[in-house]
Amino acid sequence: MAETEVPTDGSSGKPGRWPDRWIGKSVPRKEDAALLTGSARFIDDMEPVAGLRHAAILRSPYAHAKITSIDASAALALSGVYGVVTGEQVAEYLRGIPSVVRTPIRFMPIAIDKARFVGEPVAVVVARDRYLAEDALDLIEVEYEPLDAAIDAEAAMADDAPVLHDVAGSNVAGHRTIINGDPESAFDEAAHVVSLDFHIQRYSSTPMETYGVVANFESVPDRYTVWSNFQGPFVIQPLMAGALGVPGNRLRLITAQASGGSFGIKQGVAAYIVLLCAVSRILGVPVKWTEDRLEHLAASSAATGRSGTVTGAFAADGELTALRFRNINDMGAFLRPPEPASVYRMQSTLNGCYGVQNIHTENYLVVTNKVPVGLNRGYGGTQFFYSLERFMDHAARELNIDPVDLRRRNFIDKDAFPYETPGGSVMDAGDYQKCVDELEARADYQALKKRRDEKRAEGKLYGIGIACAVEPSGSNMGYVSLAQTPEERAKSGAKSGANSSVVISMDPSGGVTVQLDSTPNGQGHATVTAQIVADALGITPDDVDVITEIDTMTSPWSIGSGNYGNRFSVAVTDAVVEGADRVARKLKIMAADQLECAVEDVELVEGQARIVGSDKALSLTRVGTQAHWNPVNLPDGVEPGIYETTTVTADLDGPTPEDTVASSVTYGAIFDLAAVEIDAETGRITIEKYVSVHDVGELLNPKIVEGQIIGGFVHGLGGAMFEEMTYDEDGNFLSGTFADYLCPTAMEVPDFEVGHVPTPSPKTKLGAKGLGDGSSMLAPAALTNAVADALGRADISPPLTMPKVWRWLQETKA
Amino acid sequence: MKPVAFDYVRASSIEEVLDLLLEAGDDAVLLAGGMSLGPMLNLRAATPSLVIDLNRTAGLGGITANGAVTTGAMLRQTQAMRDDLLMTVVPLLAKAMPSIGHYQTRSRGTLGGSIAHADPSAELPLCLLTLGGEVELQSKDGSRRVAADDFFEGVLTTARQPTEMITAIHWPRRSGSFGFVEEAQRHGDFALTAAAVWIELDATGSLAGGRLGLGGVEDRPVAFDLKEFAGAPVDENLATQVARDIAGRTDPMDDHVADAAYRRQLAGVLGKRALMEAAGEAGS
Amino acid sequence: MTRLSGNSKHSVRMTVNGRAHEGYAEPRMLLADFLRHELGLYGTHVGCEHGVCGACTVLIDGVPSRSCTQYAVQADGASIETVESLADGDTLNALQAAFRNNHALQCGFCTAGILMSATAFLEETPAPTELQVREMLSGHICRCTGYDGIVRAILEAAGVQAEGKAA
Repeated sequence: MAETEVPTDGSSGKPGRWPDRWIGKSVPRKEDAALLTGSARFIDDMEPVAGLRHAAILRSPYAHAKITSIDASAALALSGVYGVVTGEQVAEYLRGIPSVVRTPIRFMPIAIDKARFVGEPVAVVVARDRYLAEDALDLIEVEYEPLDAAIDAEAAMADDAPVLHDVAGSNVAGHRTIINGDPESAFDEAAHVVSLDFHIQRYSSTPMETYGVVANFESVPDRYTVWSNFQGPFVIQPLMAGALGVPGNRLRLITAQASGGSFGIKQGVAAYIVLLCAVSRILGVPVKWTEDRLEHLAASSAATGRSGTVTGAFAADGELTALRFRNINDMGAFLRPPEPASVYRMQSTLNGCYGVQNIHTENYLVVTNKVPVGLNRGYGGTQFFYSLERFMDHAARELNIDPVDLRRRNFIDKDAFPYETPGGSVMDAGDYQKCVDELEARADYQALKKRRDEKRAEGKLYGIGIACAVEPSGSNMGYVSLAQTPEERAKSGAKSGANSSVVISMDPSGGVTVQLDSTPNGQGHATVTAQIVADALGITPDDVDVITEIDTMTSPWSIGSGNYGNRFSVAVTDAVVEGADRVARKLKIMAADQLECAVEDVELVEGQARIVGSDKALSLTRVGTQAHWNPVNLPDGVEPGIYETTTVTADLDGPTPEDTVASSVTYGAIFDLAAVEIDAETGRITIEKYVSVHDVGELLNPKIVEGQIIGGFVHGLGGAMFEEMTYDEDGNFLSGTFADYLCPTAMEVPDFEVGHVPTPSPKTKLGAKGLGDGSSMLAPAALTNAVADALGRADISPPLTMPKVWRWLQETKA
Repeated sequence: MKPVAFDYVRASSIEEVLDLLLEAGDDAVLLAGGMSLGPMLNLRAATPSLVIDLNRTAGLGGITANGAVTTGAMLRQTQAMRDDLLMTVVPLLAKAMPSIGHYQTRSRGTLGGSIAHADPSAELPLCLLTLGGEVELQSKDGSRRVAADDFFEGVLTTARQPTEMITAIHWPRRSGSFGFVEEAQRHGDFALTAAAVWIELDATGSLAGGRLGLGGVEDRPVAFDLKEFAGAPVDENLATQVARDIAGRTDPMDDHVADAAYRRQLAGVLGKRALMEAAGEAGS
Repeated sequence: MTRLSGNSKHSVRMTVNGRAHEGYAEPRMLLADFLRHELGLYGTHVGCEHGVCGACTVLIDGVPSRSCTQYAVQADGASIETVESLADGDTLNALQAAFRNNHALQCGFCTAGILMSATAFLEETPAPTELQVREMLSGHICRCTGYDGIVRAILEAAGVQAEGKAA
């Protein structure tokens, strides 16, 4: 990629050094210098308000227990302890947060009379420093009355299972069936019916920076100000304000300059924002809390666990005519908003890459005595594509068709795009056959199959797994309400769209600044934004400063703001392009006035406003700063100043009465192949080959795209091989440290080969699709398929740890 | 995740350490590299009233070679690995030590610290046991040497008394050849199971003696004498039979990470592989 | 022999990045917390506080060490280098520049520790193999990059340094 690199510093005005376009180039990241020198500031590096006290949180050691008393007197007697706040006190200032699902269960960020998972907050200590606050935790005496716990989701559905929420009377917090097309007839007419039971575990992307919150309550007027590393979606802001009983403008959320990764997980910061707001109000001091790793692993969030059955109907020639999903979703102790979005994010793309028209889906939302689930890289896609793509490999084996061929027979044809899925998504563009051509070529699939034959002839365990997915990006805020019945939806307010907001300004010195609403956590949004604006204004990315912090009192934002759903490259970039075009238009009008030419004759290039085809030009700074210094003499109709606020939405309406919805703006595609060899004596899996082909539409910055793709793969690798939030049968949490929760290191990552088959999206201004989830959604399916192929059995589930693999082998032998 | 308040002494001499231990006993902990104790303090799994820092205590470093090789308790793992004498004279350490933790932990972690900590999966206790080495303990009453066979008593439990400290480790020079094989879920993790082998061959190339040690199987490293299997060349058949026999005598741990059957399986497989590695080395 | 009381703060002096510093710490204060909150050197990050993730790695007397499992009082009199020592003003050093060139960081939270490990590693192993680099890196967790760019960056920096030494 070196040939596309371009200098971005000091190039202004140097002829011959300007590329045609900054977009599409591997421009080095604007973010890097601060991060590499240790000068970037994260939430724990901030003391934004004087008089900060430090919080530590007492957490339940029981999965399920009544809290009969809390005695904090010894803790309060400790010098330097400012106060201890219990759930009962918090409840005076904080209402439970409802889910979109019609259930009486409300989410509270602290236990009141009952603890429902190990690690659930029970009390908050505020002290001079964190060390002292933790000393005080040891002095709080809580009497618990332990209850039987509901740990396994399927078991938790039973009539005699321990019930988490007495108000609900059952652990099934939601149950919906959605039917698209006519699956019943298709199954009746099928030549073959194939079925697969599956289970995918709860795991988590565990960003290297944990949660951090500084909450400050000010009275007269009552207002909460919070600094944190919350990542959105900001649809949660009005929910938080509602829980605190204040209007939205009295809950000011400010994000830190830098955020140490999230992958969705930092959505869960919201719970601690409202908790610490209440604590700050009760104690009358600003409070800082930095989550430690133990707290993060035990009590922050996790990906939804799912078990169930996929059943498919096939015609004699292998055409997939219908799918039936029965999903039991392990939601943890609450339906914490925006849940159950993880269950419905893929609802309108349940056809995957295939042309199947008839789909029956039944979802159970089950509460269990475990940490509540939430956003996690691949959100809902990992679980769904795990089930579908495990099923497709299994069906190929049952039907005696090559797994690649079975998929090829069922792909949506490239000429069928834009393609409306049975669930209502309009898939924008793709060429799946070509993607698989690329996958087969890069993997040398035929040679690989021969190698498998040879290995097996030697008595070795060798397997190949395939998986493919569409990658919905830029979420329609309306899809979440699929969790409601059409009748329930009709009663609630309508929801739709995918808002993005941006401000682009030029200051009186000519400095260009962009303010984003995307709260990035390392994805290079500032760099790509600068590339876009540089193209529009004829300047360099180094000439553009990008502010990525959100302050809900001063930044443009909306419910769609935040960093999720692969939103940046499809939704935020559209707002940036639109905003930059508006600024460019204004600058051209001003330049035409000064150059005394027609507006159409002005081009913005190389830091200048120039009359096309001449050398008559003015510096862009000279032109633009007139809006500040000389507003009286601006051309007619031009407003003083340059400060363009732009909010755009994708044209995505809410769900129909038939339960269909266009869930996303774009639909990229991913095709993965894994080849593994298993050591029969130890169960060790060696990944010999992993190839991944992506359609991300136009590549806005190829180097950043590559980084996202390999990073996503390694998240999927972790989920496939090592990572699990492990509980014992009593609900004790067994993965509380990084020595127990095993993330892949540099030694566990195999060679990973990436191919691109981009089809530009007609739905975005730059032709880009989303790409952040990537193979995080597919590696668990591809690798489990490969291991299933090697073992010759389908009833296996990740993580594919050595003891489990060896156990499966013994069972197969027996 | 912060430790409880503790008093701290940076001890400059062994004498100082022993005085403090006599006074504080169980309430004191000895801080070597901190690779295990640090996390335990931060997690409040250890709540001492006194931390005695050995990092600048005189007389605990160095490597001396007479009959056995003696390493000071505070010898860093990285220093040991860079010592040609030690790696040549105790080849089992050369094979095993790259599997200990990571570059960034071996730089601080010490030989004595790992042996004192006595994790059942740790490499250094396993090597010491397999070679039949000794731990030198000192208290105000004097010093004593405890054979590794008697030193490791259980999970994180040793024969060291509260008033004693480890001052040195004695690594016997063993003639013969060596093998070390470990399986961990990830590189650098504590082993699921590790096998260390020392074999002696007679003039005909047949197995004459030595030991096979296993880590991560029972609650402490265990070692088995190979004399009873003496008399035949170490080939795949013999290695398989020996290792399987020995694995069958173990009483493996059974926990959520791995069940007893799997640990016994690994004991047999890795024992065999370690034997074959040693035999291959002897043959070359 | 001085016994420092656990309940009070004690003067701790150390040289950090070539400059003498003094701060105050209870014996239990983690070195990482001392560097950050007492000395204001926030470039060192804390990722796990139990010695596994490597984010807090600094050089103590030249030796790469997790600063979350060392206590500030232990480092009294020591010489410490942190990420803030690497660049010359605005100019990134060869390793930092290689990280930028190879997209070896995304969120950048784990980066400081990796840079410090790699600094010591390249001193000792000026011409490493990829496997050696990966082995060294396995003492760090990075959740963003998949490590690929980091491996390439360290190998590139080794090349640059080797060229520099040859010249």
